[in-house]
Amino acid sequence: MTGVLAQATPVVELRPVLPELVLVGTGVVLLLAAVFARRAAPETLLLVGLAGVVAAAAASIQLWDWDGDLTVLGGAVAVDRFGVVIRLIILSVAAIGMVLGYHYFERSGETRSEFFPLMLFATSGMTLFAVSANLVTAFLALEILSLSLYVLTGFSNRLGSIEGAMKYFLLGAFSSAFFLFGVAMAYGASGSTSLAAISNALAGRTGSIALAVTAMGLLAIGFAFKVSAVPFHMWTPDVYQGAPTAVTAFMSAATKVAAFAALMRVFNIAFQPVTWDWQPVVWVLSAISVVAGSILAIAQTDIKRMLAYSSISHAGFVLMGLTAAGEVGISAALFYLATYAATVIGAFGVVMVVSSRGERNTSLSSYAGLARRSPVAAGLLSWFLLSLTGIPPTAGFIAKVAVFRAAVEAGYWLLVLIGVLASVVAAFFYLRVIVLMYMREPEEDTEPDDGWLPRVVLAVPAAAVLVFGVFPGLIVGVLEEAAVLRW
Amino acid sequence: MPWLTVLIFLPLIGLPVLALWTRATDVQARAVALVVSLATFLVALGTLGAFDPSLPGYQLVEQAVWVRSSGLSYLVGVDGFSIWLIVLTAFMVPLAIVASWGVSHRVRLFMAMTLLLETAILGSFLALDLLLFFVFFEALLVPMFLVIGVWGSSRRVYASVKFFLYTMAGSAFLLLGIVFLWFQTSEQLGQASFDIRQMEQLSLAATTQRWLFLAFFVAFAVKVPIFPLHTWLPDAHTEAPTNGSIVLAALLLKAGPYGLLRFNLDLFPEASRYFAEAIGILAVVGIVYGAIVAMMQTDVKRLVAYSSVSHMGFVILGIFTFTAQGTSGSVMQMVNHGLSTGLLFFVIGLLYERTHTREMGEMGGLASVTPWIAAVFLVATLSSIGLPGLNNFVGEFLVVLGSFDADRVLGAIAVAGVVLAAIYMLWAYQRTFQGPATERHRGLADLLPREIVAVVPVVAAMLVLGVYPKLVLDRVNPTTASVVAWVQSVQVDQQGLPGGLRAEVAPVDGSGDQTAAAGATP
Repeated sequence: MTGVLAQATPVVELRPVLPELVLVGTGVVLLLAAVFARRAAPETLLLVGLAGVVAAAAASIQLWDWDGDLTVLGGAVAVDRFGVVIRLIILSVAAIGMVLGYHYFERSGETRSEFFPLMLFATSGMTLFAVSANLVTAFLALEILSLSLYVLTGFSNRLGSIEGAMKYFLLGAFSSAFFLFGVAMAYGASGSTSLAAISNALAGRTGSIALAVTAMGLLAIGFAFKVSAVPFHMWTPDVYQGAPTAVTAFMSAATKVAAFAALMRVFNIAFQPVTWDWQPVVWVLSAISVVAGSILAIAQTDIKRMLAYSSISHAGFVLMGLTAAGEVGISAALFYLATYAATVIGAFGVVMVVSSRGERNTSLSSYAGLARRSPVAAGLLSWFLLSLTGIPPTAGFIAKVAVFRAAVEAGYWLLVLIGVLASVVAAFFYLRVIVLMYMREPEEDTEPDDGWLPRVVLAVPAAAVLVFGVFPGLIVGVLEEAAVLRW
Repeated sequence: MPWLTVLIFLPLIGLPVLALWTRATDVQARAVALVVSLATFLVALGTLGAFDPSLPGYQLVEQAVWVRSSGLSYLVGVDGFSIWLIVLTAFMVPLAIVASWGVSHRVRLFMAMTLLLETAILGSFLALDLLLFFVFFEALLVPMFLVIGVWGSSRRVYASVKFFLYTMAGSAFLLLGIVFLWFQTSEQLGQASFDIRQMEQLSLAATTQRWLFLAFFVAFAVKVPIFPLHTWLPDAHTEAPTNGSIVLAALLLKAGPYGLLRFNLDLFPEASRYFAEAIGILAVVGIVYGAIVAMMQTDVKRLVAYSSVSHMGFVILGIFTFTAQGTSGSVMQMVNHGLSTGLLFFVIGLLYERTHTREMGEMGGLASVTPWIAAVFLVATLSSIGLPGLNNFVGEFLVVLGSFDADRVLGAIAVAGVVLAAIYMLWAYQRTFQGPATERHRGLADLLPREIVAVVPVVAAMLVLGVYPKLVLDRVNPTTASVVAWVQSVQVDQQGLPGGLRAEVAPVDGSGDQTAAAGATP
């Protein structure tokens, strides 16, 4: 019946952006609450924020069986199952991130009511980035998410936090400029910023291929910055280390998912006619990210920096999946992203627990003997690290097999070889943490945080890592349906 | 009854018990693990009973879809190669648990890891789906790594990390090979699959087959270990607690030759023939090298570790003779080596608990103090050097027989290995047990009742297999015959020209096709 009504009166169809509207709306409510209801307990704010996230998730699920237009709001936003899945991943991460953040700032005594609105705005930017069907919308979403994250990075009073925010802002602004320049080039090549129009122009040879390739390169730089692929990764270790750990947990998981989703959409739609031109670019980015990330991580003495470098190498693995254009690559990358998001937010969550108040114990040496002081934290962290290593029966293993398969199908043997060898190198530094936790005696009498809340919340990603690893069939079917980009 | 699934996952029942029962005393935790592992052994015996010795193919096959779109399935089955290995596994784990009765540090975690290991080992012997195999094969690493690293002796961290990285590096290539074969199944057969019975149907160019063979070979050669990839073994065996040494030597090392038998021979027969000579040479080098280095050791545990390198050389030599005797002998030898080396490590563990040293020079003359321990060690020693009437003799004899058929020179050198084994093992016995006892070892306890209970079945098994090897061989031979025939039926393409080998060769009976029917009977 709604369909009939929509045809009769040309109303603006808002259902496809309802998740974003809910997120922004909740954010605004919480901002106002900070002004008008100063006494509101942080627990209340957290619950309202979580309610917003859940509502947004419900609104996205509604879109699974969407049978309306492929894009809405004048071609700005795409409606497809891909978008639904990406939104759900990001929203789950956001929910966990908010709980962790609440705990973190309560503990460090830095609770400020802007935290929840900023998280919600960042999340809305991320989900919008993933469903943008127009490069201008994408840029807008990119700025929403980036600006929120810059502030969140500097949310703590520590010098490192502020320094990280500054670095992130400067380099991020730079990469945004590249992105914007790419948008302009794409417009020059095709006369439009809509992904579908660009694709049609390139396929029909009515656009300039030279300009299109330039645009592709510039956009690739913008994306590579956000997913922290080498050589655009320089900001990652500093920002991940400087940011409050709860924010790092959220941002390392969710930003990557959003940026990869946008990258998949832009490259597989707008630049689909020039697939042969971007595949080698992705190949090279993947290879050097995997290798450099794994090798540089070995030298780290701080666990947050180590995980930052590890996230760089994991970006390389996702890119490995994307060397296969189309559904094969997208479904592999989606599985990898879902797994990676669960694993990395879990790992940073445990780091937050161990670092107790503020950011004191993030050096690797403070993990010595952790298994004795806090068996649950040590067990959880080992589990997440094994998943990052790719040891069965964790989800990380299945995810690696999936991206290797995609790269093999695309015919990139050498890349897979580089990937498996880099995983062995990476095993060394993940293992080192497990060695510290289980095989060394505690050096200092540092007590990990004994709050029950983070432990309970972290059981969720831990369970996800187990379920995706043992019964990947449960989500593979959904992901394969979601891997079809409609345009 | 789904024998194999129950067998694989039964040990896991102990994990939640051990995890949640936080108040369990050490004895209770050990008892939980012991009971679970004994129950597993009973299931293994049941599986042996359900196994039909006359059939060459896979039996008791169970299959369930795991991920439909990827062709990934939970597929397990047993044949003549694996049936004895699973019985051996289920037999040795209770012994390993008793062997580490003295460990009092984080007992619940220790026992949980032991049970996890058992599941992973049984799973890798029974999986017929390549990815499932890989899952179990890799899942072995973590519990073994922790067992060595947490409960080992002084250089345990170094040894455990070395073990982990070595094996993981090897299996990285295996994973690459598996993904390639998987891709080939979807290209050639129209349906992606990890089922090795499907993968047998692939036609691969000779060059491709050889590369894949090497990728698989590296992974398994590290596990065996084949010279020169053996360097992790002495460290891991020596530093591991007794429990870990037994599991490593008796069970984990068998995953390597088992993988070669199951996958390399079956999937790449042409490449197996092509590389057979080179591998035979490596095996013989390993036999002699391991024996000579074992002779130089002063640490009795390290000596036995190097003797494993030597003994596993026999196993590899036998496999790559592609003769019925050689290959059956290898399977027999795997079981034998598990029993005798497992018992040796058990006894060394008892000695270490009592004397707190592994240096043979510091022991000396223990026979007068602990005569029963000396007797058990002597039995294991004699078995290990291949005394007729004990188990090892049969296996080594068959391997040597097979290798004479295939290559006289290699066979002759391998025989030298038998002689060397007699030298270093008897020497070890002499240095440890004979001569006058040192003053500080007076009054050491001899075998305790629980240790006697653990030792007697192993010694009995060694005698039974020595006197009546037919028990093992009857169940191994049909499978061996069909695999040997399959490998022998393939022509070696010396030029390495691409050609569809599988397409030209008619499938040999018993290479896995009738198995589904056989598996229906429980």
